[in-house]
Amino acid sequence: MKMDKIEKRIIISSLSLMGLFVFSLLYAKSKYNSDVPECIPFDKAYTEPKINQLDEKTYQVFSVASMWQFQPSEIYIPVGSEVDFYLTSKDVVHGFNISDKNINMMAVYGAINKTSVKFDKPGVYDIVCHEYCGVGHQNMRAQVIVNYPRSK
Amino acid sequence: MQVTKTFKRIIFLELAIPVALLTIGIYHGLMQTIYRAGVLKETSFAKLDYYQGLTLHGVINALVLTTFFAVAFGHVTLTFYFKKEPNKKLMWLSFIMMLSGTLMAAWAMFAGKASVLYTFYPPLKAHPLFYLGATLLIAGSWIPFFNWAVMYTRWKKENAETKTPLAVLGTLINFTIWFVCTLAVAYETLVLLIPWSMGWTAGVNVNLARTLFWFFGHALVYFWLLPAYIMFYTILPKVAGGKLYSDLAGRIALFLFLVFSIPVGVHHQYSDPTIQQGVKFFHGLLTYGVSIPSFITAFTIAASLEYAGRKRGGKGWFGWMKKLPFFDENRFLFAYFIGGLILFIFGGVTGIVNASYSLNNVVHNTAWLPGHFHMTVAGPVFLSIVGMSLYLYSKMSGKRIFMPKLTTIIPYLWVIGMLIFSFGMSWGGLRGEPRRTNLGITYLNPDSELFRADWVPTTTMAMLGGIIMFIAGMFFILVFFGTMLRKRSAEPVLTIPVSEAYHDEKRVPLFDRFKPWIVAMVIIILISYVPALMNVNENSGPNAPRFDIDNPTPIEQPAAK
Repeated sequence: MKMDKIEKRIIISSLSLMGLFVFSLLYAKSKYNSDVPECIPFDKAYTEPKINQLDEKTYQVFSVASMWQFQPSEIYIPVGSEVDFYLTSKDVVHGFNISDKNINMMAVYGAINKTSVKFDKPGVYDIVCHEYCGVGHQNMRAQVIVNYPRSK
Repeated sequence: MQVTKTFKRIIFLELAIPVALLTIGIYHGLMQTIYRAGVLKETSFAKLDYYQGLTLHGVINALVLTTFFAVAFGHVTLTFYFKKEPNKKLMWLSFIMMLSGTLMAAWAMFAGKASVLYTFYPPLKAHPLFYLGATLLIAGSWIPFFNWAVMYTRWKKENAETKTPLAVLGTLINFTIWFVCTLAVAYETLVLLIPWSMGWTAGVNVNLARTLFWFFGHALVYFWLLPAYIMFYTILPKVAGGKLYSDLAGRIALFLFLVFSIPVGVHHQYSDPTIQQGVKFFHGLLTYGVSIPSFITAFTIAASLEYAGRKRGGKGWFGWMKKLPFFDENRFLFAYFIGGLILFIFGGVTGIVNASYSLNNVVHNTAWLPGHFHMTVAGPVFLSIVGMSLYLYSKMSGKRIFMPKLTTIIPYLWVIGMLIFSFGMSWGGLRGEPRRTNLGITYLNPDSELFRADWVPTTTMAMLGGIIMFIAGMFFILVFFGTMLRKRSAEPVLTIPVSEAYHDEKRVPLFDRFKPWIVAMVIIILISYVPALMNVNENSGPNAPRFDIDNPTPIEQPAAK
């Protein structure tokens, strides 16, 4: 099978380009510790909304999505907090997006989703439901309030 | 060639019905951009709810139009290359099944009993007729595939040493992918969803349903795309005035699609629970694998176009581009193809972003996603479908195109609208703007406490693009039905432009046989999907009851169990 010179070059450069993509992907994964949500088996303990403070700057948030709210709906934490989010749904599928922190999860009935994030900067972070969940979908938003106000 | 009246009648129905339905589909596309930009701050307009319209938009444009066209184009391709028509009874049966399925689903959607979007994720419950209609539409499209497989086997017996025509090979590969992937969605609707929506079963495993849907859902995009690819390989070079750069490259690309189209579905579920990171990552790598045939295609098509441009007298690195027949009324298909290809450059690049594992965290389910897939399914797929529908109708009916100059301008208008729209959507997506959301009521409403000023420019851009595309779409409907109303002025014939190959390689048996490739496909599907399904099985909790779109309390089960 004789191959055209240009054709050969193009195939080689496409393959190297793909190789570069795979390399960058693995590099980003290790360097920035970025990953997709974790998979944990279903456990009823996570279906009650809750904020656990483990130590000064380590939190667990059991977030429960339902038509059309997140509970807890306001999460107050200090700057520099490490938060583990556990997410589930009481009814239909919901989304959970903290765009400024690249937190992106689906809330599914009968399943627990998990991800971890550190809030380095003070501010108000929107948690937006980004999966259609019925007529009230566009009202479904919660907030993470980092370092403001200090009480609560 | 001459074809029978029955054949023509079925093909015309299969082309014209989805184009007529497009008026509804495109109208709802425009309306969404208006709601999203906050110009409309209502839940509904003209008695149709936002989410009802979104469901109609997705189902009509992405499922009905594409499936009807793929079947009609397959019939035409096999008939043209084998000089033999498929079985008429089976053609009718398939058409009637697809049409009745469409009507059932349309009724459920218009009655407001199925505002569940075209992904119909449970436990939002739709009317059983919606699921049944979708299943009938799909099952109707299987019938011609079985018929074509028989036609191909017979032809191959007599022509064992002849290369299978590239267009026929592509059609059969496409429907093999389609048949395998739709088995999963048929199982989802028939076994999981219909009994559950009727109240016969108490609950549904939502994770399993989602995983089955995406087994189908990503291969679905190749089912949309491959008819366009077939046109790019076998028709576009001829229409451009040149030759296909390499025939073998086309065959390799098509077989790679057969192998890699399905075992990549979990990359739509990166953000889902119950599936382990390792499985997600593996599907991500395979998704890179499926981009290789697209790279091959990009190169081959670009080379074919360069050949055509130089043959027409183009000089220099870029000079050949100017010589291509962009506005030639006699080759209007070129405008539709090139418009689609321009959009596909951006559609492909944004698609690789989505596939890139942790990068997906940035864009998953944001407006970026519709920004991406409108440059694929509403780019090369849509433009080649409507362009080819018009071409086939005009030739097979012997009627001249109505407003030929406008016909060549439509695709460019569409491209401009789409680029503006998708830029707005992608930009918004990067700023966290959600997809499938009636933003006008809250996030784009200055009176709401949820108001987000940073999404004003992005949604306004998307609306501007939406308006331009709507105009282009309506022009097309005018041209299509205007052509239909004309009197016949030429002998009706079935004809398709056929590209010669510039490098017409000898027949390589491996690339002219299905068996080894189907075996490879099954093995890779098992390797990639057995672990995913085991994960789902191990990590899922209780099954979900049924929910209506307007009530957080589940629908009560009937008393008898």
